[in-house]
Amino acid sequence: MTTLTKHASTAPLRAGAQKPRGGLRRFGDIKIALLFIAPAMIGFIFFYVVPTIRGVYLSFTEYNILGDPEWVGMDNYSAIAKDPLFWNSLAVTGQYVFLNIVLQTALALGLALLMHKVAKSTLIRGALLLPWMMSNVIAALLWFWMLDYQIGVVNQFIEWAGLPRVAFFGSEEWAIPTQAVINTWRHMGYTALLIFAGMQAIPGHIYEVAKLDGASPFQTFRKITIPLLRPVLVLVLVVTVIGSFQVFDTVSVTTQGGPVNATRVIQYYIYQRAFTESDFGYGSAIAVILFLILALVAFIQMKFLKGNESDLD
Amino acid sequence: MTTTTSRAPLPAQTRRRRPFNARRAGAWALIALAIAVSVVPFLWVLRTALSTNSALASNSASLLPAEFTFGAFMRVFGLQSPADAVAEGGSGAAIDFWLYLRNSIIFSSITTAGAVFFSAMAAYAFARLRWKGRNVVFSLFLGTMLVPPIFTALPNFLLIKNLDLLNTMLGMVLPYIFMTPFAIFFLRQFFLNMSREVEEAAMLDGAKHLRIFFQIVLPNAAAPLATLALLTFIGQWNEYFWPLLVGSQDDVRVLQVGLGVFKSQSPQGAPDWSGLMAATLVSALPVLILFAAFGKKIVNSIGFSGIK
Repeated sequence: MTTLTKHASTAPLRAGAQKPRGGLRRFGDIKIALLFIAPAMIGFIFFYVVPTIRGVYLSFTEYNILGDPEWVGMDNYSAIAKDPLFWNSLAVTGQYVFLNIVLQTALALGLALLMHKVAKSTLIRGALLLPWMMSNVIAALLWFWMLDYQIGVVNQFIEWAGLPRVAFFGSEEWAIPTQAVINTWRHMGYTALLIFAGMQAIPGHIYEVAKLDGASPFQTFRKITIPLLRPVLVLVLVVTVIGSFQVFDTVSVTTQGGPVNATRVIQYYIYQRAFTESDFGYGSAIAVILFLILALVAFIQMKFLKGNESDLD
Repeated sequence: MTTTTSRAPLPAQTRRRRPFNARRAGAWALIALAIAVSVVPFLWVLRTALSTNSALASNSASLLPAEFTFGAFMRVFGLQSPADAVAEGGSGAAIDFWLYLRNSIIFSSITTAGAVFFSAMAAYAFARLRWKGRNVVFSLFLGTMLVPPIFTALPNFLLIKNLDLLNTMLGMVLPYIFMTPFAIFFLRQFFLNMSREVEEAAMLDGAKHLRIFFQIVLPNAAAPLATLALLTFIGQWNEYFWPLLVGSQDDVRVLQVGLGVFKSQSPQGAPDWSGLMAATLVSALPVLILFAAFGKKIVNSIGFSGIK
């Protein structure tokens, strides 16, 4: 290291310092680049590209792991179109996604505003981030215990308040909202920090001008904060929606699709078809549909909410 | 910005003070509430884990452990005799979290080390080397972030099965060990912002890229590499779906999957809540320790991605 820097300071060598950028070097790097990128390329090809192609192929086959996949054309897709369980899973997942958007975005936005106004300490942000550090399984089990119908502490409080106990996981109408609340609990602090980081990026002088102009806090929030936060909010929205569509862990360790079909979300249904019923073709076809839905959602949110453009520029 | 033209009158200063403080107090109260909601459940888990399971029902809301005991932790680590376990309200089924703890550590460490190192190599190629097709390949790598994990999980499962690697540690780590798109994106961004001067000087000195990478770039990027390793490790520690598919046998089962199994072992009538919460705490502990030690790094890394 030291010898290298010494040489760098000699004048004749410095004059040539621009050379590696152009000229011969332009094509000379390909060999070394291949070496550097080789391991990542192996992972990219064998665990992303090939499985993506294979997944699409499998969706046109009937395949139960034993034997070879058998080409059946669009059969899986036409069966899915008539499958009430699929439509149910779509509806249930949609409900879950919707609840997550509303709860998570509203709470996180409020929390970010509060942090921005009064509390910027790392300790507080750390405490709020704690649930996000935990796995879905832990979050699920923790709430499975706290929300237990018989001896869960939440139901104890509900009873003290003079209300009837709630079967959070055991009743069809409560099961999905409960799952959504668990997810919101786990992600609220994280989402708030993302929004908070966005707020920090808004130049302070804009607020000062607004204040001098006599804008009320609400006006400032609606006319300055929200528009300038748009890229961050769109990002949060995309991440929330895409993440919630793939809910699996919490359902898998708590309700396992039930009661009846109340929490049979898309990914859980794929898992059941592929691994419990050994129907890989059918499972893959639903996975393709999920993939398309997510791509569409991301496209719409980026295109129409213009998430990749900032008003700050 | 706003169309309002009336200026705030100066004397308002004195009048404004009081509501301002009240509002501040309200804001603090709400933040305190949010912190309580985030943290108190963990204290409740600890309280439950230190209770005797059979005593929980009659003390469902007392703040202190019901009939204090370390029995639940002993049960989780297979140190309690079945008779004692049943007496304290456990199921009596053998469970060994030492094994799962070991598996989780191996699984998370190997995948983190591999993914961070190989991603750093790739990021170097994307940030520092000039080669045809570089930007196209980088976009393709980034594009994989859009593919939902469930979609590749099915074919990946078949691949691991065809390779006869089901229920082996190798099969568990393979899909993660070579790279993660996020790691490449994260490190490339950092490398691009790093000063090139030292590297160019070294190059004139005849140093090859390998030496520059190992002796200049990696040491200079120690801080972001550590942050990335931390985030990757925690992510891998919390991974559930893939280990569930590929590592269902005891000798490779990780903690998250073990927790699910432990939960389903509980007889329907009276689950072993103390044991389950002790197991949950054991599974959370390594992350809690990392968070206590490096919390600042983690907190400050939030907001890096996506925001320019």
